[in-house]
Amino acid sequence: MTSESLLDASGVCKSYGPVAALRDASLTVGPGEVHALVGANGAGKSTLVKILTGAVRPDSGRILIRGRDRKVHSPAEARRSGLVSVYQEPALIPDLDVADNLRLTGTPVDPFMKWVRALGIDKLDLFETARDLPLAVLRILDLARALAIEPDVLLLDEMTAALPANLAEKVLDVVRRQCETGRSVIFISHRFLEISALCDRATVLRDGETVGVVDVEAGVEEQIVELMLGTRTELGRAAGKPQQSAGDRRPEGETPRLRISNLGAGTKLEDVSFDLQVGEVLGVIALEGQGQDELFGVLSGSRRALTGKIEVDGTEARFRHPADAIRAGLVYVPSNRVDALLMQRSVRENIALPFCAGAWGPIDMAKENVRVDGAIERLQIDTRAQGEVQRLSGGNQQKVTIARWIATGVQTLLCFDPTRGIDIRTKREIYSLLRELAAQGSSVLLYTSELEEVQLVCDRAVVIFGGRVVDVLPADIANEPTLMRAAYGLPREVSSDAIPGSAPAHGASGIELGPA
Amino acid sequence: MTQTVRRHGWAIGLFALLVLLLIITKLIQPGYGASGIGSLARAALPFAFATAAQVIVVIAGGIDLSIASMMAVTSVTAAAMMDGASEEFAVVVVLFVLLLGIAMGMINGILVVLTRVPDIVVTLAMLFVWEGVALLILRAPGGAAAEWLKGIIVGTAGIPGLPAEITAWIPKALLVLVVCLGIVWLPLRRSRLGLSIYAVGSDALAAFRSGVAVNRTKVVAYAVAGLFAAMGGLVLTMSTGIGAPIPGPYLLASVAAVVLGGVALGGGRGGLLGPIIAVFILRLVRTDLTLLSVDPNITTVIEGTIMVVVVILGGLVALRGRSA
Repeated sequence: MTSESLLDASGVCKSYGPVAALRDASLTVGPGEVHALVGANGAGKSTLVKILTGAVRPDSGRILIRGRDRKVHSPAEARRSGLVSVYQEPALIPDLDVADNLRLTGTPVDPFMKWVRALGIDKLDLFETARDLPLAVLRILDLARALAIEPDVLLLDEMTAALPANLAEKVLDVVRRQCETGRSVIFISHRFLEISALCDRATVLRDGETVGVVDVEAGVEEQIVELMLGTRTELGRAAGKPQQSAGDRRPEGETPRLRISNLGAGTKLEDVSFDLQVGEVLGVIALEGQGQDELFGVLSGSRRALTGKIEVDGTEARFRHPADAIRAGLVYVPSNRVDALLMQRSVRENIALPFCAGAWGPIDMAKENVRVDGAIERLQIDTRAQGEVQRLSGGNQQKVTIARWIATGVQTLLCFDPTRGIDIRTKREIYSLLRELAAQGSSVLLYTSELEEVQLVCDRAVVIFGGRVVDVLPADIANEPTLMRAAYGLPREVSSDAIPGSAPAHGASGIELGPA
Repeated sequence: MTQTVRRHGWAIGLFALLVLLLIITKLIQPGYGASGIGSLARAALPFAFATAAQVIVVIAGGIDLSIASMMAVTSVTAAAMMDGASEEFAVVVVLFVLLLGIAMGMINGILVVLTRVPDIVVTLAMLFVWEGVALLILRAPGGAAAEWLKGIIVGTAGIPGLPAEITAWIPKALLVLVVCLGIVWLPLRRSRLGLSIYAVGSDALAAFRSGVAVNRTKVVAYAVAGLFAAMGGLVLTMSTGIGAPIPGPYLLASVAAVVLGGVALGGGRGGLLGPIIAVFILRLVRTDLTLLSVDPNITTVIEGTIMVVVVILGGLVALRGRSA
């Protein structure tokens, strides 16, 4: 099989500092094949794509194109050896018009226009500046530009994500026809419906490794989900959750702390509604780019909603500035500490900032000291590095971002992946802190990319897919397989409710395991 | 046609402003005529070259603070080499100095690309370096310039096929400017390289993914800026007959003209025509205010105000055009 494959990558490794993004990834694509590349967030898909297209150099590994060893060091070289990629973000230069963009890459205009029409855009002004075109059109133009140079292997990264249904259908058609001529397509998608409709085989990545290659046939979704999860299911079980859940004592019929109705923002968040109760930790689960950034942006007052409304304690609220949200008791804890803290300033100043930010007058030092010391003690922040916040460990920094809000007596925390890149002990401390806050009547909205955290800290979980809420699960049934399935837009499976955490499926029928 | 108007809208607006200013000048000083335009063109010449140099770097997404210092280096080099040398040798000097400019620009560009230090920091450092180099070459203003070189930018030239009444209004300095800029800019604008410069300034990642050699393009942009700066330095020597090691006020003036000329400081947008017209506008405003015998300190206040107002108005017009 290897000898006749168009593209054969094996043993690809790549580390960024101490973090291994790819450990042993492989991918083999035969002629005339549509090959799906799937994996959970952080599994290494995007790193593999960057390596294949020459944007990043691998530490080790071999890439054969048509059986010949190729070292690609730039997208231009990858293109010359027959591999062209359409990235998630449009690659047209925003300030150049379409014609200049074609000239820049040396794309012939006639075949380009032919593909543009085939992809369902009838009228295109070549002298329109790319910046002024809608996103969906840009993506189509990207694809047409790639197709016009007739690549052997076409790599589509979430191609249909920003497209309306009619255009997406056209794209799938074109991809199918592309393969009839013996060319191949690598298709990266979060949408199982498209994968099963379009792809011949699927390579599954997990934690930077290729864990399986499966033939796409009926029911393959379950296999893929199991492969993506692997043994992590058991880890989630073992950790256990402090089950003094507020779920039991949630008052019926009481006004929720936060009610969100039909919220839409940007291009990704379409229509989201849910309630956050008093004393609840509500998990938000979504694959990358499903609108969660926009959701948290709107709730924290840093971007405007297009549609829908937000009610805080029963009264409608409109946030024009983060200060409005903070006044309403909603505060944002980002995953990236750098976004929240003044890194060169002291712990004290960072904690004190939110409650002196509103006024410009003199600072009541005595009052400030009491509040700051209270917060530091409460969170057991290691204050040996009293000086600059940037000298603290990541976990301690994250504690400071939470502490500064506790000091103001805030009621609702909006945590966006707060435990990303934090050691396990501090993670635990943050979990119990969030539970403790909830027990005292605060509410927490917790977006997390680690599915196990739902059962560890949350009362319920809202799953968002394609900018809409697809499922709301109580924590006791929100195990990783169920969440993963929901996050990929698959219907909830009945059996998994009964037996949470079904056994990992290595060597299940129809699965061809990756290279040993 | 509408395409051309839309693309050059800013330059057309600036040109209208320039014509308006010329009319005002004529009203203030009824004697203002061909000789006035001649001296305006001569005064604008070094500013125009400094601005052209700044334009290309800014379009590529950078900024070059060392332009005025590079002008000083090339100016003193030319003056020192021509001191006591024959008239013919000046041709060699001109070529050498132009190459020197390209080399200095390339050094700037390579440092920016290699060190990955922000452009503004690298070129600020190079500002001091080139300034020192200029002083090493010539400790005080001095040197000389070939007579034919000095003649190039003085007076008017006959253009075959045009009657003398018209050519009397076209100063040689303006022709020199148009020819020098055109020779470099027009082929560049029509090449893949020119597109790449715009692409890198507009979105470096997208450019990389489109197969543009981002680093090489940046170095070339700085090298072309060095070439324009060398032309500016030569013009300085031509007009004064000597070389001056302390750079004139060309750096900030070039940034001002770039902004007024409709080039986005973030890169990727704008052309050369707008900023060059802007240079003439800024020079002419200064002439008018001098003619009106306005306090020179108020002159700078007015210049700054004009810049802000024009940029705001232009932004509003562009917004309306987009929503319409």
